Amino acid sequence: MSTQMVTANRLTDGMVVYLTNQGDWATQFSAGAVLAGEAAAEAAMADAAAAAKQQLIVGQYLIDVLIEGDSIKPTSTRERIRADRGPTIEVDAGSWTGRIGD
Amino acid sequence: MYRYDEFDATFVRERVKQFTGQVERRLAGEITEEQFRPLRLQNGVYLQLHAYMLRIAIPYGTLSSKQMRKLGFIARRYDRGFGHFTTRQNIQFNWPQLDEVPAILEHLAEVEMHAIQTSGNCIRNTTADQHSGVAVDEIEDPRVYAEIIRQWSTLHPEFAFLPRKFKIAVTGAAHDRAAVRVHDIGLRMLKNEAGEIGFEVWVGGGLGRTPIIGTAIKPFVEKQHLLSYLEAVLRVYNQLGRRDNLYKARIKILVNATGAEEFARLVEEEWQSIKDSALTLPLEEIERIRQYFALPEYESLPDWTPEFEAARKANPEFARWVQSNVKPHRQAGYAIVDISLKPDGGAPGDASADQMDIVADLADDYSFGELRVSHHQNLVLPHVRQQDLFALWQRLSGAKLATSNIGFITDIIACPGLDYCNLANARAIPVAQRISRTFSDPKRLAEIGELRLNISGCINACGHHHVGNIGILGVDKHGEEFYQVTLGGSSRDDASIGKIVGPAFSTEDIAGAVETIVTTYLGARTSEAERFIDTYRRIGIDPFKEALYGNSQARRPAAE
Repeated sequence: MSTQMVTANRLTDGMVVYLTNQGDWATQFSAGAVLAGEAAAEAAMADAAAAAKQQLIVGQYLIDVLIEGDSIKPTSTRERIRADRGPTIEVDAGSWTGRIGD
Repeated sequence: MYRYDEFDATFVRERVKQFTGQVERRLAGEITEEQFRPLRLQNGVYLQLHAYMLRIAIPYGTLSSKQMRKLGFIARRYDRGFGHFTTRQNIQFNWPQLDEVPAILEHLAEVEMHAIQTSGNCIRNTTADQHSGVAVDEIEDPRVYAEIIRQWSTLHPEFAFLPRKFKIAVTGAAHDRAAVRVHDIGLRMLKNEAGEIGFEVWVGGGLGRTPIIGTAIKPFVEKQHLLSYLEAVLRVYNQLGRRDNLYKARIKILVNATGAEEFARLVEEEWQSIKDSALTLPLEEIERIRQYFALPEYESLPDWTPEFEAARKANPEFARWVQSNVKPHRQAGYAIVDISLKPDGGAPGDASADQMDIVADLADDYSFGELRVSHHQNLVLPHVRQQDLFALWQRLSGAKLATSNIGFITDIIACPGLDYCNLANARAIPVAQRISRTFSDPKRLAEIGELRLNISGCINACGHHHVGNIGILGVDKHGEEFYQVTLGGSSRDDASIGKIVGPAFSTEDIAGAVETIVTTYLGARTSEAERFIDTYRRIGIDPFKEALYGNSQARRPAAE
């Protein structure tokens, strides 16, 4: 049985968000609700569709996550990069003078 | 430089107002994402991996110091302090908030800039030789015609919903620096036997999943008929191009399926019916536009100064930079300066807000306030006095902008890849950084000589890997990033598509594989004058295969 999570982008600023157990949207991957089984995934996607209708999020979809002991991480490289909230590259500190949204 | 007339200014203001309303309605829930998506794309707003992305047009890669300063301001105020210059001579910001995009567009309109038609299935920003107007091998400044094309193609009602996006490039020089043979339409200015200047028209070039070198379908189109001919090409494409399959919708597929000869005939037929219509360009109008691109008032200077020579002799680093980054200028005593945005270990094409400000100041101090963006993701100061080169170099050095590597293996074209892009399968920037560090020794760089290396993070080929002398394509194999290598590509006068050398390499092995390719080249070249591409064409792919995989694996099938 696969374990999944619902992710999307926040409508106003585009930040990557995850659906939490409380039904709100967090920018931290670790706050995302882990969904076991199809029924849980379907219910979460229904919540996400409602949130999209309320202009909270855009482009919701399910991602596979891997649980190893206490650690939870996305299965794919793409989703791991998204979960880390930024590029994996070493960016010259001088070029990060602007604000960082959360 | 071109200045907006009343029509341009009003049009852009109206468009900002219109999009502001569309954003407001989207945020208020009056329109759905499905309805909003095409609207935001038409205004350059994408939703990428981490956030929204805003792509801003820099027509034919020419911009003023004032415009560059505004880009720096936007980077600092609305983004994370940096921007990414692209292979379409545009700039992308990676983190704008949707609710702030209207404010950004207002700022851009103040300096005659916008993001219109930087996405969508329309005619995109027309690109041109980054050395236009000042190159010694130039026949005529192509930006005059790129500007005319911009005016014709902006919101052209017939071409707002083409089967797919459409890219035009123009060069006015003997040597192609604008990659015209790999564009949907490539225009090459030339003189005919009667001594008149016109356009050779290339059609159906392109990269992506089906890389094709274009075909010259018309040897000479007179200037006054340029627009009617382009319109005829677009009409045939708009009517016959495929709309049922996204991957077969570009004009290159149509030209291939129809046959270039038949395609040319269809265009000719269409052209004859519209040739002498309202699309005929009056020569006075061409002249009027040309005035905007009049060269600055140069001083009368000697072509050689002892001070410059002395600085070169006294400072080997400066001499190296002059050798690789400074190009001859058509005006005596002046030079073209290419500013590399590829520092050792840097992200190709990225510039910080501070660097944008510095470059704008340098343009004011040394280049009549004018700048260019090249499709190689570098910047250009087009009119620098030779006697100012040393002072300019010192100031560039202080801003990490004096890397001496134009045209070398570390002058890498790279797309944003999986670090930013929603479509990517693999990262491109970290690979570029690794290769850049592997070849950071300036003496070795110079020894290797001209070698173009391009990296794409997926088959869409935004990083032009097919036309890199060495091309690298990121692929996903069962969730892991691998890199397929092609050899022998070129986007210049001798345009060619690279060939896959063999199975793909892992992230750990790719820089080493490039090292092996370079070592093989150095061992095989007949002299220092024989460039990588020349050696490759002389000896073929097998010696490289052998060096990379050994005899036993040389014939293994390529990775998918």
